Amino acid sequence: MSFETNTETPPHVVLEARNVVKTYGHVTALAGVDFELRAGEILAVVGDNGAGKSTLIKALTGALHPTSGEILLDGAPVHFRGPLDARHAGIETVYQDLAMAPALDIASNLFLGRELRAPGILGSIFRRLDKKRMREEARRAMSELKFRLPSIDNAVEALSGGQRQGVAVARAALFARKLVIMDEPTAALGVRETGQVLELIRSIRERGLAVVLISHNMPNVFDIADRIHIMRLGRRAAVVTPKTHSMNDVVAIMTGAATA
Amino acid sequence: MNTATASPPETSPSLKARIIGAPSAGPLLVLIGFCVIFALTNPRFLATHNLSIILQQTVIIGVLAIGQTLVILTAGIDLAVGAICVLGTIVAGKLVNLGYDPVLSMGFAVLVCTAAGLAAGGLVSGLRLPPFIVTLGILGILTAALRLISEGGAFAVRDPFLSWTGNTMKLGGFVLTYGVLIMFTLYAVVWYFLNQTKWGRHVYAIGNNPEAARLVGIPVRRHLLSVYLVAGLIYGIAAWLALGRIPNADPNAMQTANLDSITAVVIGGTSLFGGRGGLIGTLIGALIVGVLRNGLTLAGIDPLWQDLVTGILVIIAVALDQMSRRRN
Repeated sequence: MSFETNTETPPHVVLEARNVVKTYGHVTALAGVDFELRAGEILAVVGDNGAGKSTLIKALTGALHPTSGEILLDGAPVHFRGPLDARHAGIETVYQDLAMAPALDIASNLFLGRELRAPGILGSIFRRLDKKRMREEARRAMSELKFRLPSIDNAVEALSGGQRQGVAVARAALFARKLVIMDEPTAALGVRETGQVLELIRSIRERGLAVVLISHNMPNVFDIADRIHIMRLGRRAAVVTPKTHSMNDVVAIMTGAATA
Repeated sequence: MNTATASPPETSPSLKARIIGAPSAGPLLVLIGFCVIFALTNPRFLATHNLSIILQQTVIIGVLAIGQTLVILTAGIDLAVGAICVLGTIVAGKLVNLGYDPVLSMGFAVLVCTAAGLAAGGLVSGLRLPPFIVTLGILGILTAALRLISEGGAFAVRDPFLSWTGNTMKLGGFVLTYGVLIMFTLYAVVWYFLNQTKWGRHVYAIGNNPEAARLVGIPVRRHLLSVYLVAGLIYGIAAWLALGRIPNADPNAMQTANLDSITAVVIGGTSLFGGRGGLIGTLIGALIVGVLRNGLTLAGIDPLWQDLVTGILVIIAVALDQMSRRRN
């Protein structure tokens, strides 16, 4: 479960950024940031407001184009023109507002934009959706993640905040081939629901996917992260582990009161 | 989505769950209610002859309401419905009266209507202008332009092909016009696309949450464009049906088509905020309006009362929609 670093065989790096810069006119959002996500780990990204967390994530998922620098997926340079490119490359993102159509049912939301068509002429000529298969796959995905829902036919708006988050995470897990990026997944949740979502994130790691977790919630971060990437002033200030550093250490690095 | 399960009785646990599960159940009850009242008060109401007339009177608004439903599902609104349809009748009528082939003339008129829909869609999706303003502008432009072209007056269009949709056929003792059959066919076809294909699923997604639709990779602008294009095509077909009912091209016709089509959609349970509702509801809504007008006319009540009752129904429908949204 926990990540062991072996100095002799370096761990496989899934996603990497080298010296990425992003400027808007005179404003520098990213001042040459490095980033490294290893296979099978949960990497938390923390930082004060304006430290460049979301700009970094947007650069990694193709939502914006870096001014300079390099991004590598499995060691090969990539140039995402948009979020869709990143998705095709196997990177799934769980957005803070979840990106759901509330009036549509759970299965429809899981497959939104990636609907399955019926086999044969019905699908190819008549463009008929395979609703049955989408429901079955949705049910399987939710039970694989051990996430309980009242019914897969429910509209998303009928679910609690935690359940909605569960559906969003399940969608990412269902389609991600390499890694899942989550933006503040527990921000709007109560204690019990937060616990459920953290459990979901662990089960995604168990399936062999790497996870990037953006969070303000230090106890959550220390609960599940293998490593913590700390942003400060548009750069990576340090990467630490919950074993070697305390929450106070991390906050001190975030605010510039200490170095790693 | 749930409209698919609207008609067959289900063994769901509670009545409440069943009503929520089938959004067109409420409008259907209203329709049945009106039918029962009119049938009890006037024996002529249920005569097959009268029912056939109700369907014929519903055809134009019923078909226009299909396009209106698509636009409203994307959280838009179309105020150019009637004007585009009139454009179709005038283009087809002028060409035929000039001696052109009627089939080609009608086909060209449908194309012109489709282009008008495309123009509205282009302004909405390309320039991101509010649909309300875009279609209001098109309404003004078309109304003025059509009066200029036809020098203000209506003209007769006498051609067997253009009026073919008004011809009747017997279906088990029931007299139907081809226009009525075309209306039901259009409902079936568009229902299929809306409920059984990716295209329809994305219409709902865009109406529900356009930002989410964009994030999951749906080409939102292109999709909106396709919705307005299909709506324009449907208004063009409605123009053919209109010529079948009255063989006249009149630039001043269909003044109430906008409100009537919106009424049918809203009474049918489709939300003006987009993303909820569907075509089964709209068909029921159009029939409610048709039944109401027919029943009150049979009872000898002043036509003004028809507009009054319809107005009340619209406000009740929108209020119910608003309340159900607030609960969520």
